Amino acid sequence: MNNTILEKKKRVSDQILYALIQLSSFLSIFILLVIIGYILYRGIPAFDFSYLVNTTSIINDTVGILPNIVNTLYIVIVTLLIACPIGIGGAIYLNEYTKNKKFVSIISFTTEVLAGIPSIIYGLFGMLFFGSFCHLNFSILTGSLTLAIMILPIISRNTQTALECVPKSYREAALGIGATKWYMIRTVLLPSAIPGILTGVILAMGRIVAESAALLFTAGSVAILPTNIFGHLLSSGGTLTIQLYLEMAKGNYEVSFVIALVLVVIVLGLNMLAKWISRRFDVNKGDN
Amino acid sequence: MPRSQFDQELNKMHVDLDRMCHLVVLAIENCVTAFREQDYELARDIIHGDKQINDVERSIEAKCLSLILKQQPVASDLRDVSTALKVVTDLERIGDQSADIAELILEMKEMDSFLMIGHIQDMAKIATKMVKEALDAFHQHDLKHALEVKKMDIKMDELFDQVKEDIIQMIKESNDKGDLTINFLMIAKYFERIGDHVVNICEWIEFNQTGKLNNTRLI
Amino acid sequence: MENKIEARHLNLYYGQKHALKDVSLDIKENKITAFIGPSGCGKSTFLKTLNRMNDYVDNVKIEGDVILDGEDIYDSRVDTTLLRKKVGMVFQQPNPFPMSIYDNVAYGPRIHGIKNKKQLDKIVEDSLKAAALYDEVSDRLHSSALGLSGGQQQRLCIARALAVQPEVILLDEPTSALDPISTLKIEELLLQLKDQYTIAIVTHNMQQASRIADYTAFFLVGEMVEYGPTKDVFGMPKDKRTEDYITGRFG
Repeated sequence: MNNTILEKKKRVSDQILYALIQLSSFLSIFILLVIIGYILYRGIPAFDFSYLVNTTSIINDTVGILPNIVNTLYIVIVTLLIACPIGIGGAIYLNEYTKNKKFVSIISFTTEVLAGIPSIIYGLFGMLFFGSFCHLNFSILTGSLTLAIMILPIISRNTQTALECVPKSYREAALGIGATKWYMIRTVLLPSAIPGILTGVILAMGRIVAESAALLFTAGSVAILPTNIFGHLLSSGGTLTIQLYLEMAKGNYEVSFVIALVLVVIVLGLNMLAKWISRRFDVNKGDN
Repeated sequence: MPRSQFDQELNKMHVDLDRMCHLVVLAIENCVTAFREQDYELARDIIHGDKQINDVERSIEAKCLSLILKQQPVASDLRDVSTALKVVTDLERIGDQSADIAELILEMKEMDSFLMIGHIQDMAKIATKMVKEALDAFHQHDLKHALEVKKMDIKMDELFDQVKEDIIQMIKESNDKGDLTINFLMIAKYFERIGDHVVNICEWIEFNQTGKLNNTRLI
Repeated sequence: MENKIEARHLNLYYGQKHALKDVSLDIKENKITAFIGPSGCGKSTFLKTLNRMNDYVDNVKIEGDVILDGEDIYDSRVDTTLLRKKVGMVFQQPNPFPMSIYDNVAYGPRIHGIKNKKQLDKIVEDSLKAAALYDEVSDRLHSSALGLSGGQQQRLCIARALAVQPEVILLDEPTSALDPISTLKIEELLLQLKDQYTIAIVTHNMQQASRIADYTAFFLVGEMVEYGPTKDVFGMPKDKRTEDYITGRFG
């Protein structure tokens, strides 16, 4: 029988390619597991709950990273407060209002370039512009403003993508009933785009938590607990990552790995939060 | 052409329709000849031929219904198909009546009396002319011609009235030809009916060209 | 018979492209008017000029008048929100918002400032009933509209359009994405609705036009070739191009 379909052929090139693809996926998981495993391996034995609630103080003879945790949260919140409205608003403008295609492409190009600039350059700019020129010195505000510029591309790019993914038909439907453009954006576009926007925001949070170079010259490295919520904005404050860098430089590997552990936990937590929020707010699925 | 399948089927239907027209013309022509020449053989052929006409009619009807079902024709296609569906009925009736006349010819023993009523001969001539010309007009989509043919029916009706008077005269003159006179009357009536069917065909030609039937918009 | 909308010498350009060429056409009140023609003939473009949905297209230039109840809808004083309250639109793809069935229908009334819960409830119920959908969804008004079938979604979109109590409903190929039964349901619905509304529908499906439309206009490369009672256009078209198109002997 020449015409049979029962002769299964082994196609070698297909199989090689398949094996390579599988290998790459295993490799990426493997690397992640090794890093996390190593951090856990070094961090857990050194971990003590007291690190989380104490300030490092020679007088009291305590070692702790509480101020760094607080500073990290502080910087995350302030940065997002600055960057989100600008990033999301800008993306809405670019995607929904401008008719000038060339303008949009120029902005997109510059945003992409911004995203590729090494963070130390942001640090340099932040220090000179916000720190010296605006007289904000070393402060959480200087750090946040710098980071805000840095994460702006992430937020606006993600928002734009999310808005682009909202079907054109939603816009038509809303406008066709007589909604104004802003009403349409507020009631249909943004709710539909929120999972995508939030993904961008959370990626940006990851970026903030992980950042050290841009903060070193802007927010500084002071590790004291704030005394006043708003006053703290203008005082210097080191984040966990900065502290990690400092401890590493001093050779305090024990504390370093504790900080690393906390950072990994925070990043994992943020990612899970992102997933949960995306699902929670995803209006586009049909089930109830 | 995106509708070549449709056009093919429509063509096949038109081929059948042409064949049916041909058979009907043949039937009426033979009928007149058989009547004039007292040709029994020909008369039998006509009766036999009627079955063929009926078969073609079925075939045309089936093709039209299949076209409607499968293609949902519109505009001129719809008018063509519906005209065909209506015209075949009249054609089939003309065929039937030719066969009926043929049967009467066979029934009538006294051949010499055929020529007694000259007006029936005239009716036969006009009937043949009407059928042939109407089908020509139908074939050529010639509305003007169809309307002219339609007018010929007036002459037909006049002749029928005269035949009736002739027959009454015959009855008065001789009492022994009662069954014969009735047959004459029936033959005349059949020719008159053929004229009516031709009028119907002409009206369907009008519909085919204008969408109107007796000045009423159908589509 | 009243003309609800009168288009007069309407010309529309997309940049250099002359998309509508001197179209004049009356849309009769409480009738269904269908626009047919091959793709790109301008029928959808024409429909969209009737409630100014072309405003959102770049580089579009419109000349001529569209008169709705004696008022030019391209007058600079026109408020498009009010215009679209009067002239609603239903699109090709069923496009319910990613909200509950209730919120979808209430969307329009809320734009126009109706906030009262009782009033909204009534509008939602009435609109869904008018769109012949209420019985199918009455027990799940607050679940997502995206869980409905395509045909139900399209009827929901019609309900959403009806909720603002329009006078004219424009439908842009509303059944092209639906199965035959859903299509027939929508057609049946449109026939019921025409007593209260003026309906204009763009359709690729010529049988659909012949089934439901009272008037049909045939468009070809931006030109309105023939317009008249549907029976005339499909039974006895005057223009050779119409005949060729509807009998499928086109190009």
